[in-house]
Amino acid sequence: MNFETVIGLEVHVELKTNTKIFSPAPSHFGAEPNTNIHATDLAYPGVLPVLNKSVVDFGMKAAMALNCQIADVMHFDRKHYYYPDNPKAYQISQEDRPIGEHGWVEIEVDGKKKKIGITRIHLEEDAGKLTHTDKGYSLVDLNRQGTPLIEIVSEPDISSAEEAYAYLEKLKAIIEYTGVSDVRMEEGSLRCDANISIRPRGQKEFGTKTELKNLNSFNYVRRGIIDEVKRQEDVLLAGGVIQQETRRYNEATGKTDLMRIKGGVADYRFISDPDLPEIHIDEDWKARIRAEIPELPDARKERYIKDLGLPAYDAMVLTLTKAMSDFFEATVSAGADAKLASNWLMGEVSAYMNAEQKELGETALTPEGLTSMIKLIQDGTISSKIAKKVFKELIENGGNAEEIVKAKGLVQISDEGALRTMVTEVLEANPQSIVDFKEGKGRALGFLVGQVMKVSKGQANPQLVNKILAEEIAKH
Amino acid sequence: MSKVTKEELLSVAELAMLELTDEEVEMYAQDLSAFMAYADKLNELNTDGVEPMTHALQQVNVMREDVVADVLDREEMLKGAKEHQDGEIKVPTILSE
Amino acid sequence: MTILNKTTAELQELLHNKEVSVKELTEASYARIEKTDDDVQAFISLNKEVALNRAEQLDQEPMENRGPLFGLPIGIKDNIVTKGITTTAASRMLEDFVPVYDATIVEKLNAAGMVSVGKLNLDEFAMGSTTETSVFKTTKNPWDLNRVPGGSSGGSAAAVAAGQVPFALGSDTGGSIRQPAAFCGIVGLKPTYGRVSRSGLIALAPSFDQIGPMTRTVEDNALLLQILAGLDAKDSSSSPIEVPNYKAALTGDIKGLKIGVPTEYLGEGVSEEAKTATLEALKVLESLGAIVEEVSLPHSEYALPAYYFITSAEASSVLARYDGVHYGYRSENAKNLDEIYRKSRAEAFGPDVKRRILLGTYTLGAGHYDDVYKKSQRARMLVAQDFQNAFKKYDVLISPAAPTTAMALGAEEADIVTKYMSDILTTPINLAGVPAISVPCGFAEGLPLGLQIIGNHFDEATIYKVAHAFEQATDFHKRTPEVKEEN
Repeated sequence: MNFETVIGLEVHVELKTNTKIFSPAPSHFGAEPNTNIHATDLAYPGVLPVLNKSVVDFGMKAAMALNCQIADVMHFDRKHYYYPDNPKAYQISQEDRPIGEHGWVEIEVDGKKKKIGITRIHLEEDAGKLTHTDKGYSLVDLNRQGTPLIEIVSEPDISSAEEAYAYLEKLKAIIEYTGVSDVRMEEGSLRCDANISIRPRGQKEFGTKTELKNLNSFNYVRRGIIDEVKRQEDVLLAGGVIQQETRRYNEATGKTDLMRIKGGVADYRFISDPDLPEIHIDEDWKARIRAEIPELPDARKERYIKDLGLPAYDAMVLTLTKAMSDFFEATVSAGADAKLASNWLMGEVSAYMNAEQKELGETALTPEGLTSMIKLIQDGTISSKIAKKVFKELIENGGNAEEIVKAKGLVQISDEGALRTMVTEVLEANPQSIVDFKEGKGRALGFLVGQVMKVSKGQANPQLVNKILAEEIAKH
Repeated sequence: MSKVTKEELLSVAELAMLELTDEEVEMYAQDLSAFMAYADKLNELNTDGVEPMTHALQQVNVMREDVVADVLDREEMLKGAKEHQDGEIKVPTILSE
Repeated sequence: MTILNKTTAELQELLHNKEVSVKELTEASYARIEKTDDDVQAFISLNKEVALNRAEQLDQEPMENRGPLFGLPIGIKDNIVTKGITTTAASRMLEDFVPVYDATIVEKLNAAGMVSVGKLNLDEFAMGSTTETSVFKTTKNPWDLNRVPGGSSGGSAAAVAAGQVPFALGSDTGGSIRQPAAFCGIVGLKPTYGRVSRSGLIALAPSFDQIGPMTRTVEDNALLLQILAGLDAKDSSSSPIEVPNYKAALTGDIKGLKIGVPTEYLGEGVSEEAKTATLEALKVLESLGAIVEEVSLPHSEYALPAYYFITSAEASSVLARYDGVHYGYRSENAKNLDEIYRKSRAEAFGPDVKRRILLGTYTLGAGHYDDVYKKSQRARMLVAQDFQNAFKKYDVLISPAAPTTAMALGAEEADIVTKYMSDILTTPINLAGVPAISVPCGFAEGLPLGLQIIGNHFDEATIYKVAHAFEQATDFHKRTPEVKEEN
C-alpha cells in the first residue's frame, strides 16, 4: 500500500528577555540551581504574576516575522497539572486568545517551494528542571520556571522528514534574525515535538497520530520522523492499528520508544487567569514592533542572488543564521569579492566553527580580516596554500592578512629566477625521479613539486613551479 | 442536573489530588449533588448574548518593565522545603514513566 | 478597662503630649489580650518581642513625622503574609510556614508606624462564615462566648470588639469582613475590588478577594483605608484610580443623598430583628435628609449559585499549589511522589476546604465547564449590571449586613445549601466588585446587628459619609461587650 505522511510540529522557543515572564527574577541559561528565583516562581502563598512587557514585544515580533495576524485583545489562561517542576500546579499559557494566528513560512525542498501554515503562536511560561537520580528521588531546580516561551504550532502541512527539517531550519533562522531568542536546541532554547500520522494516499481523513518527543537536534527530528513513519507503516501493513500515544526518540537505537498511551483528552481545566488583566494591542504598538523587525532571511537571500550574483545554494546557506549573513555583508562591504567571501565562509570558516564548536562571534575573525586575505589571494600575493596558514592566524588571533604575511614572511615566491634555482637543486638531488617521470610514472612529478615547495617553505607559486619543472625536466 | 455518582467523585478527587476515605467519598458525592441542584437554578436564567465576567475590575495592559528585582535567597527558600540536597528541592521520583 | 478604649484622636493627643508611649500602648494591647484571649481565642500567634522592640524604636520618631494612626496596635488576619512571622491561613497545610516577604499592605502599615501585635484566627483558608473551621482554635463572640464571631475574619472582628486591638485587617471574598463585623458590633469595610493590593493575601478566589479595615468607628475605618488603599505594581488587579481623602468625606451632611433599598435583600430568610433594625436605620437616615426608595436587583437569586461555582473553581486552582513538594505540609506516610500529593493534601486540608476544591474541580471539568462555570460567569455579569443600573439612580444601597445575629457555636444547619444561604446578603457585592461596609445598627437579645451600606465602584467616600452620619446619630457603636477578665 502507498502511504502519505502528515506531520505537524509544535516548537517551543525561549525568549531572551532579562527577566521572567511573570516575575522579576533573571531569566538566563546556566546559573547555579535555584539562584535565579523570585517568590512568585516558588508559588508562595500570596504571590501574584505581573506580565513582563518585553515578553509581549518579543512574542509579537516573532509572530509578525512568521506572518501571523496579531491579536487585538489577548489574555492568559491557567492550565492545571501536577508535577514537581510546576510549583503552582498550573501553567500560565494562552488557550483562548493567543498573541498570533494564521501565519506561515515558506520552505524549499529539492527545489520545490511550499508554504507551511502556522496555526497559532502563544505566550506561556516554562517549567523548572527536574533531575532524576538513580536512587529513587529527583531534584528540583526552579531557575527555568517562568522563563518566557512562545509555542509555535504548525498546521499538519508537513509531509516528510525533509520538509520538517527545512521548516525547523527556516523557523530557527527567522526567529534568530528577529533577535528575540538564541534558538539553540542544545541549550533548550528551541524545542520540538512532532505529531505524526500516515494515511493511504488519497484518503481524506487523517490517520491516528502519535506524538514524538525528546527530539534534541534537527537531525534527530529528521531521523525520528523517518523511523516513526516506518514503524506506523509496518504496523498498518501487518494489519494492526495505530494507538494514540506519546513516543520518545531513542538517540542510542535511532528508534522511537513508547512513553505513554494517551487516555482520552487531558483534563487541564483551563480558566482565564483572574490575576492577569487583558492585553489590548493597538495599531501603534503593532507598528512600533513591525518597524523593529530587520530584513529577514528570504529577503536577504533574494538580494544576494539578484544583486550579488550568488548561486541560490550559497545565498540559502549564508542566510541560515543572522550572524553569518551579517558577517558576509560586512565582508562584501569591506571590498571582498562576493563569491570568494561566500566560498570562504561556507568552506573554511564553517569547518573551523564546526571543529571548534564555536559561534562566528566567538572567533577572532573580522570581516576586514577576511577581506584583506581575499584581496591578497586575488592579487596573487599569497597562494591558496599559504592562505590557509594566514586564515588560521586570522581566525585564532585576529588581525589583518597583510601584516600576518609580512610578519611571518609568507609572501608567495613568483620570481622565476629564484624558483628555477630551487627547481634545479631539487632535480640534481633526485635523478631517479626524472627517470621515473620519463617512464610515465605520474607520481614522480607530484613528488618533485612537493620537494620544491618544501625547499621554498611552502611559499613557491605552485603554478610557476609546475611550469618550470616541466621545462627543466625537458632539458634532461 | 443529575446526581454526582461515587465514580464521578473519585475521578474528581483524582484530578484534585485528594486521597479520600470511603466515608468522605459518600459525603462529598452527596454535597456535590446538592450543589449541582443549584446549577438547575442558574439554567433558568437566559444569558444569551451575555459575556462571561472573568475579572471583577476590567484593567487593561498592566505590565512591568523588564528589570531584575527581588531575587530570592536560595538558603531562605530551602528553609521552607522539607527535604533538599545541593541547593535543590528533593522529591521522590514519580512512579509511572 | 484599657487605655485602648480611648478614641484615636485621644490616643494621638496622649502620644503627642508624651503622656503615653507607643511601647505602653503596645503593652496595653498585650495586657488586654492576656486577660481576655483565653476566652475569646482571637489570636493564632503573637509576636510580642518583635512588636515591643519596634514600639521602642517608634517612640524615637519625631512628632512631625507621625501620621494619624502612628503607634497604634493592629492585628492581622493570618491569611496575610508577614515576613519572618509564621502565616498559617488557619490550616495544617501552612502550620510552620514562614513567609520570605511582607504583603504590600503590611509594608504600608509599617510605613505608617502602626504596630502589628499578632496574627488573627480565621476559617481555614478563609472558607467559612463562623471561624470554626480553623484547625487551631475556635474564636468566640465577645458578646456571648457561646456564639460564633462570624467569619471568615472572626478573629479580627472579635479582637476589635473585645478591645484587644483598636484596628484589625480582614479579608472579604463573599462577606468575610462584613458578616463578622455585624456579628461582633464593629465597623468593617470591603473596599472596591482593586482598591487595596492583594499582594501577600493568601488567595481564596482571586477575582473576589479584597483586604479591608475592621475598626470600632467609621472614622478609624476611613483612616486605616487611607493607609491601605492605592495602586501596587505587584498586583495587576490593583487600580490606578486616585485615592481620595476619606476623612474629608465625614461631614455628617447627607441631605438629598439618594438611598436605594434592594427589595430582594429584605425578603425571606432575613430575620425580623434584622429587618426591623434596617428599617429603623433607614428612618434615621431619612431624618438626616436622605431620600430613601425601594430598588430591585433582579438577578440576586442567581448570585449565590454563581458565587459558589466561580469561587470554588478559582479556589481549586489557587489551592492546587499546596502539594507538599516545595514548602508547607508534607505527609510522613508518603512513599512516592503521587502519595506526597494525595496524602499531604488529604491530611492537611480540612473538610470544608476539600469540599470546595472538589466542587471547583468538578465545575471546571469537561462536562460542566460551559453549563456551570461559564454560565456562572455570565450570571455574574448580570448581577454586576444590576448594581450598575442601581447606581445610575442611587448614591448608596442599604440592607442588613447579615440575616440574623450570631449563631450558637457548633450549630449545624439542616443541609449544606441552607448553611450557605447566610451569604445571600453579601456575595452579590463581591460578584460585582463594589465596596460595602457593615456598621452597628442595633441589638437583639444583647447581640449586635449590622447595617450594610453598598457604594459604587471606588466610591468608598460616600459609604463613609453615610455610615459616619448614621453612627453620629446613634450610639450603637459606643456599647462594648463585657468580656469577663480573668482574675
